Amino acid sequence: MSERDDHELRISKIQDGTVIDHIAGGHAPDVLAILGIDGSTDEVVSVGMNVPSDRLGHKDVVKIEGRELSQDEVDVISLIAPAASINIIREYGVAEKHRVERPAVVEGVLSCPNHDCITTDGEPVTSRFEVLDDGVRCAYCETILRENLTEHISV
Amino acid sequence: MDDRDHVITAKNLSRADIETVLDRAAAIERDPPDRDRHAGRLLGLCFFEPSTRTRMSFEAAIKRLGGDALDMGPVDSSSATKGESLADTVRVIEGYADALVLRHPSEGAATMASEFVDVPLLNAGDGAGQHPTQTLLDLYTMRENAGGLADLTVGIMGDLKYGRTVHSLAYALTKFDASQHFVSPESLRLPRSVRYDLHEAGAQVREHDDLDEVLSELDVLYVTRIQRERFPDENEYRAVAGEYRIDAETLERARDECIVMHPLPRVDEIAPAVDATEHAHYFEQAHNGVPVRMALLDLLLDDTDGEEAADATDDSANGGSR
Ligand SMILES: [Zn+2]
Repeated sequence: MSERDDHELRISKIQDGTVIDHIAGGHAPDVLAILGIDGSTDEVVSVGMNVPSDRLGHKDVVKIEGRELSQDEVDVISLIAPAASINIIREYGVAEKHRVERPAVVEGVLSCPNHDCITTDGEPVTSRFEVLDDGVRCAYCETILRENLTEHISV
Repeated sequence: MDDRDHVITAKNLSRADIETVLDRAAAIERDPPDRDRHAGRLLGLCFFEPSTRTRMSFEAAIKRLGGDALDMGPVDSSSATKGESLADTVRVIEGYADALVLRHPSEGAATMASEFVDVPLLNAGDGAGQHPTQTLLDLYTMRENAGGLADLTVGIMGDLKYGRTVHSLAYALTKFDASQHFVSPESLRLPRSVRYDLHEAGAQVREHDDLDEVLSELDVLYVTRIQRERFPDENEYRAVAGEYRIDAETLERARDECIVMHPLPRVDEIAPAVDATEHAHYFEQAHNGVPVRMALLDLLLDDTDGEEAADATDDSANGGSR
């Protein structure tokens, strides 16, 4: 089954907004967490989980109506869904198509898990993490974080 | 030095930076500078955690260069306990001083503070993070006593997990292609972030739980203290600490030239009988704190001395700073 068929079969087209495709199977809730979508906002969101995919075996798809993701948001999604592709939809058509790219640094998105880190002390400072091949690293205390990144999202 | 002349982590010191500081320290020891070399310059000492020796050695260094130190006093009487942020404190003290020295219990404190000030900031220890000026005096001691810094075989023993002097030293040694042997109990091995950097730097590193596996190869044995408070149980602490203690008999198995170092203070990880042996260099190491910190301050203050000193002393014969 082609990817195109998946889309059309399982999730209806949106007029304006963002489609995040090729999220590794089961990780759609993490993407929603990064975007601050927890059911309390009034955005219309469709989620497909464990959709068969040629490229990933199983993938998740998230469609958000009426919202175009910022580069910062895309950067953070890349940390947990490195294979994702992001389509910005305008008037039912794909206006822009991006593969996510891992940024060198993410700022203000994750909070440091080290309780002795200066960024957890109430100082006027934005968290900053250097992105490594297999994790992220606090630019202040140098703690390396590899697993469960979504637990440390502070946006 | 790069990084806007802040000295935050040994990782940012290049081999050339380190050699510049050590060469200047050696020159200062041979030929102490004029007592008014940095007359009128003020060093702000911001110690949010007590450390009498580090504070005093910085104070001695600036005074021997003709400058003076401003001490914010014990932390319980400072504005920090009134809830002022570190960022505000350093911005205020920056207005009084030509350079700042910061000791703080939080990791990353010096990195953060350096983002708020324009005068040079020296990290004198941030939590379990880094202590780069200690590393410079450690390297100076090795260079003077172990026949240079190239291709040394160095054993570092004790608390490798929380020991900031160990983390800084390990980074710096990679710049000199040292072969590094880390000796510790399983629970106090190097943290993940230090391993990552050593790996990235292509360091030659081996880990041991028994000093005897490597003692006979070492040019330098660097011992650190295992802190009781790291262990929930007193018996567990005693068992571990006892195994990482050296005495004169231990050193009979070492090379004659092997030098023993320790950042001090020690508790009982080095028996007093070692003091009298040729191996002991830890008191000399502590004394080296002054010339090395003088060298560092001299280099950092030099950058800004030029015009300002000339302006300030235009009635004197030595208009320049040299
Ligand atoms: Zn941190």
